[in-house]
Amino acid sequence: MKILVAVKRVVDFNVKVRVKADQSGVDLANVKMSMNPFDEIAIEEAVRLKEAGIATEVVVISAGPTQCQETLRTALAIGADRAILAETDAELQPLAVAKILKAVCEKEQPQLLIMGKQAIDDDSNQTGQMAAALLGWPQATFASKVVIANGEASVTREVDGGLETIALTLPAVVTTDLRLNEPRYATLPNIMKAKKKPLDVQPVAGMGIDVAPRLKTLKVAEPPKRSGGIKVADVAALVAKLKNEAKVI
Amino acid sequence: MATYTPPLREMQFVIHEVLNAGDAFKKMPSYAEVDVDTINQIMEEAGKFAAGVVLPLNRIGDTEGCTRNEDSSVTTPKGFKEAYQLYCESGWAALACDPEYDGQGLPQLLNTVLYEMLNSTNQAWAMYPGLSHGAYECLHEHGTPEQKKTYLKKLVSGEWTGTMCLTEPHCGTDLGMLKSKAEPKGDGTYSITGTKIFISSGDHDMAENIVHLVLARLPDAPQGTKGISLFAVPKFKPNADGSVGEGNAVSCGALEHKMGIHGNSTCVMNFDGSIGTLVGEPNRGLNAMFVMMNAARLGVGMQSLGLTEVAYQNSAAYAKERLQMRSLKGPKEPTKAADPIIVHPDVRRMLLTQRAYAEGARAFTYWVAFMIDTELNHPDAKEREAAGELVTLLTPIIKAFITDNAFTATNEGMQVFGGHGYIAEWGMEQFVRDARINMLYEGTNTIQSLDLLGRKVLGDKGAKLRKFGKIVEDFIAKEKRTKGMSEFLEPLADIAEKVSKLTKEVGMKALLNKEVVGAAAVPYLRVVGHLVYSYMFARMAKVALEKQNSGDPFYSAKLSTARFYFAKLFHETAYQIRAARSGVDSLMEMDASLF
Ligand SMILES: Cc1cc2nc3c(=O)[nH]c(=O)nc-3n(C[C@H](O)[C@H](O)[C@H](O)COP(=O)(O)OP(=O)(O)OC[C@H]3O[C@@H](n4cnc5c(N)ncnc54)[C@H](O)[C@@H]3O)c2cc1C
Repeated sequence: MKILVAVKRVVDFNVKVRVKADQSGVDLANVKMSMNPFDEIAIEEAVRLKEAGIATEVVVISAGPTQCQETLRTALAIGADRAILAETDAELQPLAVAKILKAVCEKEQPQLLIMGKQAIDDDSNQTGQMAAALLGWPQATFASKVVIANGEASVTREVDGGLETIALTLPAVVTTDLRLNEPRYATLPNIMKAKKKPLDVQPVAGMGIDVAPRLKTLKVAEPPKRSGGIKVADVAALVAKLKNEAKVI
Repeated sequence: MATYTPPLREMQFVIHEVLNAGDAFKKMPSYAEVDVDTINQIMEEAGKFAAGVVLPLNRIGDTEGCTRNEDSSVTTPKGFKEAYQLYCESGWAALACDPEYDGQGLPQLLNTVLYEMLNSTNQAWAMYPGLSHGAYECLHEHGTPEQKKTYLKKLVSGEWTGTMCLTEPHCGTDLGMLKSKAEPKGDGTYSITGTKIFISSGDHDMAENIVHLVLARLPDAPQGTKGISLFAVPKFKPNADGSVGEGNAVSCGALEHKMGIHGNSTCVMNFDGSIGTLVGEPNRGLNAMFVMMNAARLGVGMQSLGLTEVAYQNSAAYAKERLQMRSLKGPKEPTKAADPIIVHPDVRRMLLTQRAYAEGARAFTYWVAFMIDTELNHPDAKEREAAGELVTLLTPIIKAFITDNAFTATNEGMQVFGGHGYIAEWGMEQFVRDARINMLYEGTNTIQSLDLLGRKVLGDKGAKLRKFGKIVEDFIAKEKRTKGMSEFLEPLADIAEKVSKLTKEVGMKALLNKEVVGAAAVPYLRVVGHLVYSYMFARMAKVALEKQNSGDPFYSAKLSTARFYFAKLFHETAYQIRAARSGVDSLMEMDASLF
């Protein structure tokens, strides 16, 4: 069984991001970038399935600029077998990435497409769902346990009410939640081996896919500064404030 | 608790932009594959390991310490063993080792980067693999084929660790007085008897076997340092198949209670007729041991760089958050109850002192590590020799200058926290305590200074120093017309000339009175240390000037730090030069009985 893992290059989780002066977005110049932590979990899961003898090949894909190769090398060092970069400098929204993933899935024919449930930069939580819809595959989002047997995936999902376990026929899309596994540290020999693994760069321009953004960003702003709290006299006053001022109930 | 973010950008700046190591490695056949991407990826993953695995054990190690059990075995703090296992499984122990013994064959420079991170996150823990690597280097250079076969792969994988056993109760600096005995058994092995003290990582539960490199005397050995031999003494005798065999008569007699590095076991080691084999030639043990001691001296420099960096990171973060008093120019953050303390000039002095010492030490140690790579691997014999001479000259400066500075720096880091710095849970006082040992072991800083002035400089009539001076001179000549460089080149040229004068003066006076060397050595090393840092800061400034308009504020920060260095730290040289020149009389005139 082949597994395709999608990974995104994002601002490192340690970085305190700043909004650009013109409010067009977050300043990414000279900022440390890393693999989206949820995608690290996806890679780890795929590699574990390979080590367990369930998967035969783990292919990792990233869509974005040439620097994504670094992110792909990290995935190769964790244990993916080969990598694909769908290269473009254009802004990619979740739908565009989903279309790219669909095209790659059609070519690669994996039984499983795994990725993080969301990326920590824009927190969209859409790409996996859209890719499943475009491919017409079943999907299991927010996975905290994945078991593959007899052409089926049994996936435990973290839902609001607790845990839900569903069965999917393969091929399928799985998006990973934090508790699925704890990603390993790459070993030095594997880092060195990763250098020699195949990394195939395919320009998005040549894929015949319309990646034009469908959403326009009007403005990106810092969250308002937190102002000091106040004391309320009693529960009734609290409820009134929540209703009339905060408008949350 | 203290936090740590691997300073990857700072490291990359030195490696790629100042040293251009990737390009240079292309010319060294065994490193030809080590390109920029590889270097970056290894650094990134090493950083994850240090911050994720080693850092969380730092305070545990400090509070728990090591325990000696009834059977004289030693247990390390909780988590040390597991972290070490992961370290070995991840292949980090093998990084700069010979591929013939399963090493990764990567440059010393990368090992140096790894050790900076390990020491920032946990010096006490890092000493276990650190000493093993020193033992590896010593056996790799001086071991017999049999010893190499028995020990090298085990040390490379980290399955076994190593120690260096020099010190005895009555002798630390003066190894000539060493008493431990080695009797030939007639079968090519020796029976070692004696007591060694202060043996770092002497016993522990992190690895299945330990090989002690022990200095001892053969029965017919001459007195003094010319009668010392080196022996490899395993804790458990290895079987022919490489597995661990029966116990050897060597054990930990006691653990020392000490100021810092609590997580590292400092052992009294009793050798009671333990079986060992000779390393190198008889009576030439110190010569062989110097391989390990030189590696360890660079290692101690890295310990202090690591501590400087982590103290800086934590105090800089604290200074941006701690609100106390107002800026002298009026409120900077009027909506808050007070301004963050980073508005105060003297808080900035403390932060910048740490930062400048970290950046200076990083540029310096990475440059020397890169010289070691050149010495070992450059195809041109002349280049190899020149690099080797520089490493010899600079090693005592790495050991003493960086460790002195780190004690200052960690102390400033603690001071930034005010009273909270003195409270254990912030982690700042541990850095000060840990940093203090680095000025003592591996030859005290006084001994390093004597080594520099007496042996390395006056010993060859200043030849090696002049070669370093030529490098500085050439750099100045080349950059003299570069716009913006004069503010950095002027003090550099000035101190280079002063060092040359001071060396001549001390050398002349020493001909009349040998004690002059002893009186001048410590201030002399401080002055030469600043010459080296001036050179490093000028080189960094050159790169930063070229890129200051790139839009990346990193480069303007580099220039600011360099300016701070020359404005506030460099002038220590004026005082130290006067101290070095002021002779010996004021020290020696009082009769010892009056003390
Ligand atoms: C925590 C710890 C770990 C250690 N780990 C190891 C280890 O792993 N292996 C090992 O073999 N040793 C180890 N040591 C020992 C260490 O290297 C010695 O303590 C050190 O070399 C100094 O020796 P000493 O303590 O005997 O001091 P001494 O030699 O007695 O020196 C006392 C003072 O006299 C000064 N002095 C001595 N001679 C001169 C001179 N000629 N001119 C001017 N001043 C002089 C010294 O600088 C020092 O200030 C360790 C020590 C400690 C505390």
